[in-house]
Amino acid sequence: MTTIPSRPAIRASTLRKSFGDQVVLDGIDLEVPEGTIFALLGPNGAGKTTTVQILSTLIGADGGEVRVAGHDVARDPDSVRAAIGVTGQFSAVDNLLTGEENLILMADLRHLGRREGRRRAAELLKRFDLVEAAKKPAATYSGGMRRRLDLAMGLVGDPRIVFLDEPTSGLDPRSRRTMWQIIRDLVAGGVTIFLTTQYLEEADQLADRIALLDHGRLVAEGTPDQLKRRIPGGHISVQFADPQALESAARTLGASTRDDEALTVQVPSDGGVRSLRALLDRLDGASIGVEGLSIHTPDLDDVFLALTGQPDKEKEPAR
Amino acid sequence: MSTLTYAVRDSATMLRRDLRHALRYPSMTLQLVGMPIVFLLLFVYVFGGTLGAGLGGSSGGRATYLEYVTPGILLMTVAATAQGTAISVAMDMTEGIIARFRTMAIFRPSVLTGHVLGSLIQTMLSLAIVVGVALLIGFRPTASPVEWVAAASVLAMITLAVTWLCVALGMVTKTVEAASNLPMPLVFLPFLGSGFVPTDSMPTGLRWFAEYQPFTPVIETLRGLLLGTSIGDSAIIAIAWCAAITLVGFLWARKLYNRDPIR
Repeated sequence: MTTIPSRPAIRASTLRKSFGDQVVLDGIDLEVPEGTIFALLGPNGAGKTTTVQILSTLIGADGGEVRVAGHDVARDPDSVRAAIGVTGQFSAVDNLLTGEENLILMADLRHLGRREGRRRAAELLKRFDLVEAAKKPAATYSGGMRRRLDLAMGLVGDPRIVFLDEPTSGLDPRSRRTMWQIIRDLVAGGVTIFLTTQYLEEADQLADRIALLDHGRLVAEGTPDQLKRRIPGGHISVQFADPQALESAARTLGASTRDDEALTVQVPSDGGVRSLRALLDRLDGASIGVEGLSIHTPDLDDVFLALTGQPDKEKEPAR
Repeated sequence: MSTLTYAVRDSATMLRRDLRHALRYPSMTLQLVGMPIVFLLLFVYVFGGTLGAGLGGSSGGRATYLEYVTPGILLMTVAATAQGTAISVAMDMTEGIIARFRTMAIFRPSVLTGHVLGSLIQTMLSLAIVVGVALLIGFRPTASPVEWVAAASVLAMITLAVTWLCVALGMVTKTVEAASNLPMPLVFLPFLGSGFVPTDSMPTGLRWFAEYQPFTPVIETLRGLLLGTSIGDSAIIAIAWCAAITLVGFLWARKLYNRDPIR
């Protein structure tokens, strides 16, 4: 085997998993470079959680090869486990213990010394704004606090790779933004993040690369911009000062949608600088003055709809 | 550090977790030790006079029966506490934290060994309480200190065996309710042995079962150690049973724990 200088943090090829006769993952290929955020996006039942469960060694795959932090998950799970932190969709905290006890439990299981474990617990409680609740049982925590504790527990051993399965589902907008900031800070510290989400905005906000999972297959993969560019529906909207200008612009530009009320013309475009310049040049050439201009690039909702063929929430799990 | 060091260290961590749970929510522990005490008082004071007369000891009556029944009640204590273990394991397995443990580089069965060691400590404490009550109401064992230690060891062995079995039972069930029902026969096993009446007073089929079931040699060994009755080959049979049940319980529990958790 040749060693590649910057090996990927996570690499999966032709990953397969079925539960009974229900195929959940049908040959997935993934590659996540170190120090980046990768978002696996998909509707409920697409196989996101199963993917995280396999990558984090919780369950085995039926086929395919998975390497996390350079180790094979099937052959050397303990080496993978030593390198990762996991935050599940259903919070993996011990409800009967306090927040502090939960963190110290993790420190003990990571085999940190007693003093080091306490220091690390105190530091994480502070960082995740849980100092006041430290001595209360986790069962009494709010959703946001519980999720923060959950994430903090995954970080006790300073993992290089962190799995976040729907880290913000069910959180209020404020807690969600807090969680986003925490995730960004982690990546700034060199951590690789693999997150799943059904919120397009979240993937758009956080991820360096996004993969779209639908019915156990990856239907698209790329940067948020690449994905948006794959979808037609982007346009430039040009506004004019009066109906005469609108009229001549519509004539000059040919195929376009005009809105006489708003005095605008919509021209299909990929939203790139080149096409924008060409459009303005044509208007300049015809001496038509432009009052205002806006560029509309398709958002991930458009991408999602176009690629999965149905809206996010209305989908039944595959039978 | 070696695998063994990790195994010990992680099991100790999980034991601390288990004891913390037990201390924070002591109601179940108290309930579990309460039941054998109620049975002890019930059998000694309500049935004891008549049953004791049937035993035909020198003093006869209630005092004789108290001596006879105490080892059986001790076994019932072991089984009742193990039933509690099955419940707490079943409850624990529904918690998300177990999934987290499975994705950590720890000694894998440590969650289970933590439960078992915690239950062992709880059971020994419960047994001490039950013995204390028995002494209070007139139980007068003739055991020497060495025999006391031997009796405690026998109890620890059967506790380990029954507890491992109950850990497996706690995981094989799908619901917490089922986990509380499944080990129930164990609690009544002393009745179908030499725990409450001598086996030779039973009809043939039942007597056969009573003589060959695992609790009977354990009860007979305890009786011999505490009260000086003859032990015979009961001790060796008891040890064999304990070893076998421990092994089966452990392997079964480990197998169940290592299953892929089903979605």
